[in-house]
Amino acid sequence: MNRQNVLSVSVTDSIGVLGRVAGLFSRRGYNIKSLNVAETEKPGISRMTIVSQGEEGEIEQLVKQLRKLYDVSEVKILHDAVCREHIILQVGNSPVSRHAIIKTANLFRAKVVNVGESSLMLELTGEPEKIDSFISLLKPYTITKLVRTGISALERE
Amino acid sequence: MRTLTGADIICECLIEQGVDTVFGYPGGAVLNIYDSLYAYSDKINHIITAHEQGASHAADGYSRATGRTGVVIATSGPGATNLVTGIATAYMDSVPMVAITGNVACSLLGLDSFQEVDITGITMPITKHNFIVKDVTKLADTIREAFYIAASGRKGPVLVDVPKDITIQKAEFFNKPVKPCTAEPCINADDAIARAAELIKQSEKPFLYTGGGIYGDEGAKALKRLADITDAPVASSLMGQGCYDQTDEKYIGMLGMHGTKAAAQAVKDCDLFIAIGARFSDRVIGDPKTFARNARIIHIDIDPAEINKNIKVYHQIIGDSTEIMKRLIKLLPRQNHGEWLSYLKQQDKIYSARQKGTEQFPLTPRTLIETLDELTGGEALIATEVGQAQMWAAQYYRYKHPHQLITSGGLGTMGYGLGAAIGAKCGCPDRTVVNIAGDGSFHMNLNELVTLSKHNIPVVELVVNNNVLGMVRQWQRLFYGKRFSQTTLERPTDYVKLAGAFGIRAFVIDSEENCREILKEALEMAKTAPVLIEARIDKDINVLPMVPAGKSVDEPILEIEIDD
Repeated sequence: MNRQNVLSVSVTDSIGVLGRVAGLFSRRGYNIKSLNVAETEKPGISRMTIVSQGEEGEIEQLVKQLRKLYDVSEVKILHDAVCREHIILQVGNSPVSRHAIIKTANLFRAKVVNVGESSLMLELTGEPEKIDSFISLLKPYTITKLVRTGISALERE
Repeated sequence: MRTLTGADIICECLIEQGVDTVFGYPGGAVLNIYDSLYAYSDKINHIITAHEQGASHAADGYSRATGRTGVVIATSGPGATNLVTGIATAYMDSVPMVAITGNVACSLLGLDSFQEVDITGITMPITKHNFIVKDVTKLADTIREAFYIAASGRKGPVLVDVPKDITIQKAEFFNKPVKPCTAEPCINADDAIARAAELIKQSEKPFLYTGGGIYGDEGAKALKRLADITDAPVASSLMGQGCYDQTDEKYIGMLGMHGTKAAAQAVKDCDLFIAIGARFSDRVIGDPKTFARNARIIHIDIDPAEINKNIKVYHQIIGDSTEIMKRLIKLLPRQNHGEWLSYLKQQDKIYSARQKGTEQFPLTPRTLIETLDELTGGEALIATEVGQAQMWAAQYYRYKHPHQLITSGGLGTMGYGLGAAIGAKCGCPDRTVVNIAGDGSFHMNLNELVTLSKHNIPVVELVVNNNVLGMVRQWQRLFYGKRFSQTTLERPTDYVKLAGAFGIRAFVIDSEENCREILKEALEMAKTAPVLIEARIDKDINVLPMVPAGKSVDEPILEIEIDD
């Protein structure tokens, strides 16, 4: 079955580690929908959250290949996890649309972080589906810039 | 504790790891390392090749022949990139190797400095791991770790890149005991082995398929006992040639694109397919949908990532193959499958590849290699280049020991053999070493003949000359309407004169009659000096049987008609 998988990968924070992981994906033909990496509570260890689409066999292979990398200390496929994504976007700001945009933002508990003459900048953190619907509701107001972090996730205990 | 330069630390670490021979080529960024090698020359023997690629293949051949980790040293930039083919070759065949490259000083890194190249970036996908050392205090432990990674688990090459300033900076050095490369423990091995034993007991037509993941006398002995107790026929992949004594009656030949009819039949008819230390290369399985369709497959391998990669298996055991075989044997009562074996043996009586010479070139490669086998008692280390001659070497020499055939199976590197033979001979000076080359591959790295003569490395370079790129020609004949594009070489090379120019005695074999006599003379001479033999054969002798790429292993091509 082809589906989306969220992988949590612990890596040593060493030279070229991102290249090693990304290189593995590209040379073996696995896909990356999003990749998010930063330091963790442990010094010298970073955690990557990788979202990858693939058949069951492909994901099994991907996990095994990742485990063979010297810098990788742990690979987990997350099943029951808290997944969050952060987005910052800029939409057109006109007297006509301003009210509607702010109303939509409030509905999603997004924050207005900058108000310009011709644009509004908003930020929002939430589950990826929530982010998707937020974007689609704002589309009619002309999104001029958008950045999203990709999923970061932690397994529930 | 002593305070040493980075270069001296490298030499000390090599000695600590038991290294007494290294292959390499000096240059600007490794001047300090070579200055140390000069001082350590009584402990470390350095062989300079004609080209860094030759040195990388030599380190690889040394490793395959001895079972120890091979070491190659090269300078930055082009020196480092010249190692790439050799490293990739070692990676594909899981050969333990440590490559040490120099680089420009740390302050010049990233500035497109003279002879600077990002060799750790370049070799990322073809090494088990690589390092760049930017702190001299970490140099010793990094080299130690490189050796550990190379030889532990599934073996492979590791590269350590050392900027020039690191090799002259000083750090405190003290020896540490070598970390043993013990095999990783089997995961749930007891249950998995018991389950495998049950499957073997139930099987009526078991078949053992063995690969390069069986090592040394101990591995060979365990395999022999397993084959005896299960009374199962054995076939080997190209990489597994010799892990089972090929003169034994249970051996039914190589499996794969140019494997025997008996082995192909065994794949088709077996009810239990047991793969040991083999990775189901596309050159072995052909069409994955029809491969071993009547069988359950048990896969025994040290690398979990090989399980279900190319072929879905029924059962798996992860771990060291020798250890698993030994434990498996204990659970098995003696089986009897005599009928199954004689049925398969019959297949090779029905079909055995015939080769015919011509009036101009009466010698066949089969005669040549079978004669070589006879004259060397099947005990020579055989290196090969890649192509038809490689396949004939695999088909007609009868190997008796694991990794006795030193060949580039995974990457298929033309130009590999001569360097590899140099390494093999340096590692095993008491054994006869023959490199079986085609004329195409020979021309790729023939410069290493000078390494043979300069260091007096008594290798037999056997050039099987058919004046064409035979394997590609064979494909062009079968699949490209006999349009022999760029494969009719017919080069004017005078092999005897060429060898003579390098200071090597050469011979020509051009008939079935003088084959034995000349081989004998050459082998005698090769006890003390390198020799070259040109064996002339016809350009249209094909490698058979042949399973076309991606086709079912069940139905190999057995004859190719030559009507042009």
